[in-house]
Amino acid sequence: MTAPGPTAGRTLAEDDSAALLAEFGIPVAPATRCADPDAAVEAADAIGYPVVAKLVGDAIAHKTERGLVRLSLRDPDAVRDAATALLAASTPADGEVAVLVAPMLRGARELVAGVVRDPQFGPCVMIGLGGVLTEALADVAFVPVPLDALDAAEAIESLTAQALLGPVRGEPAVDRDALTAVLLGLGALAEARPDVVSVDVNPLIVVDGRPVAVDALVEVDA
Amino acid sequence: MSRDLSPLFAPRGVVVVGASSHPGKFGFVALHNLRAAGFAGPVLATNRDGGELLGAPVYPSIDDLPADVDLDLAFVCTPAAANPDVLRACARRGIRAAFIASAGYGEAGEEGRRVQDELVALADELGIVLAGPNGQGVVSTPVGLCAQIVAPYPPRGSIGIASQSGNFVSSFMNLAVATGVGISRAVSAGNAAAVGIADYLEWFADDPETRVGLAYVEGLVDGRDFARRLRAVTERMPVVLVKGGATAGGQRAAASHTGALASDDRVFDGVCRQAGAVRAGSIEEAFEAAATFATQPAPPGGRVAILTTAGGWGVVTADAVHRSSLTLLPLPDDLRAAIDEKLPPRWSRNNPIDFAGAETRDTIPEVLDLVTAHPDVDAVVMLGLGIQSNQARLMREGRYFPDHGLERIVGYHERQDDRFARAAAEASDRTGKPVLIATELAVADPDNAGPAAVRDTGRVCYPSADRAVRALAQLWDDARHRRRRAGGPDAA
Repeated sequence: MTAPGPTAGRTLAEDDSAALLAEFGIPVAPATRCADPDAAVEAADAIGYPVVAKLVGDAIAHKTERGLVRLSLRDPDAVRDAATALLAASTPADGEVAVLVAPMLRGARELVAGVVRDPQFGPCVMIGLGGVLTEALADVAFVPVPLDALDAAEAIESLTAQALLGPVRGEPAVDRDALTAVLLGLGALAEARPDVVSVDVNPLIVVDGRPVAVDALVEVDA
Repeated sequence: MSRDLSPLFAPRGVVVVGASSHPGKFGFVALHNLRAAGFAGPVLATNRDGGELLGAPVYPSIDDLPADVDLDLAFVCTPAAANPDVLRACARRGIRAAFIASAGYGEAGEEGRRVQDELVALADELGIVLAGPNGQGVVSTPVGLCAQIVAPYPPRGSIGIASQSGNFVSSFMNLAVATGVGISRAVSAGNAAAVGIADYLEWFADDPETRVGLAYVEGLVDGRDFARRLRAVTERMPVVLVKGGATAGGQRAAASHTGALASDDRVFDGVCRQAGAVRAGSIEEAFEAAATFATQPAPPGGRVAILTTAGGWGVVTADAVHRSSLTLLPLPDDLRAAIDEKLPPRWSRNNPIDFAGAETRDTIPEVLDLVTAHPDVDAVVMLGLGIQSNQARLMREGRYFPDHGLERIVGYHERQDDRFARAAAEASDRTGKPVLIATELAVADPDNAGPAAVRDTGRVCYPSADRAVRALAQLWDDARHRRRRAGGPDAA
């Protein structure tokens, strides 16, 4: 399994990436961009606890690997400490950074979706099992763009771990129409934005059966 | 509108250019195979010596060929350097297609590629269909054409083969010989310089002799164009693909996990799924899938009934069904009651329908008919064929034959297995549902009366239940893909 390679373009900050996904109808978790720890606490108070805090910036691509995501922050002190630590962890290479505060969404299932431009077959949309084990599991399927709802549904159907899309641990089955809509949205994005080199939506958490993007990384031509 | 390849696959006459009198040379083998397979039209040859070879008149050049013979195809064995002049002479003579067996083109480095590009440009200018170069030949059974430098000449059938490896054309045709499921057209695309796999598949889709396309691809030049054309072809005919080099790592410069996961293999899977083409993992699997499309009707649904004369076979076959896109039909009450009329109570009374040795002379065909005709059954897998004939063989070859009543019982068992195989084909024909027979005797003892009769009905005797179930699932995936896109009941 290969790790993500050197970038061919530049990455958008997480909130800018999420905004682009939302333009194409993909459900994204709401998030507030905060310049300092006080603003982060204010945002967390407004959202309600627990929350997630992440460091964002155009040049920050793989937050988890760098420890730039703090989960399950339960009170203002935890948010303040996390925001302070995240800002301190930034390096000059990260450019302009901020702290993103978002609700802590919970779901037993994490999916992954994305867009890639294949050198042979052009833009393709991906769907698969996500989270930190995505690449080890490699239970993913691709569909060339343009795609229709049947193409998307058949890609979802082709995943090996179908049981994970059914009812799991007290959670309802994944809403396949909603998941299909995510793939169609990514396909539309790939068609409308030829400058987009790749999109990673990982994880795409299933909350009460419906997929919600809680992290996104869009890479565009430099 | 597909490119007109009829001069290649249905020529009125053929000339072997560069025929040789040395039986080890391609120029001899090609002429031999053309003559030996009994091509109906005239077969002429050219070389510097003239005279006659294998009964074919030999002329010094294409320009010397008699004017009153209709020739559409030149099979070219001359060195690459001679071939531009050969093409020009073909055009003067009204020959509309050239199969270039000669090597020394795109496969042979930069200079070869340049020579190949020039040949393609010349053929375009002359309006000649250029197949190859560096190909092994073309086969077309409806006209008895075996214009190739390899064996075998396959039985006639409805599978159309196009391959970027000539050896795999031979492999597919060997499997056609072994199973008895025949070929309509087969072509080794060679370097596919002018006519590519998609061109061949498009022509097959329009060809009334071809029911299913079977292709081996590697190194596609324009993947998106191929995917688009493949999709249009599969709307008209099922296509089975094997791809070489599919496990090579992609070189995608992307910062994303999506990019890292987008191997050639997975992307090609997606291309085939979207296009509705069956992607096979091996040459044998690909042939078996194509042979199944060629010989079984499309299932009306994915619910399978398993018929077996022994428990273990049914169990593993049910497991294979569970692992596939098919479903094991819970035995309907009315069908159970109907089978109860035919069998004593020790049968399984469930699906798999296990006779548990309770069958008598007519039970198997009768139950097979009941099961196949039931409206909830979409397809049947039948196991255990040939088991009695296997015992019969041991008796026939043993020291007590033909005494002790052995001759009579051996004949009975062989007639019964023959009858069961035919009953399966008839039930399938009558109901329009697939009925697949699986037994390792298909390879362990192809002459066993069971597998022999399956071949005689024109169908595949699958060497294992796993392989039968896999082929049936491919049949169902294809049928479901079509049905959904037609807005049918399985529309997702």
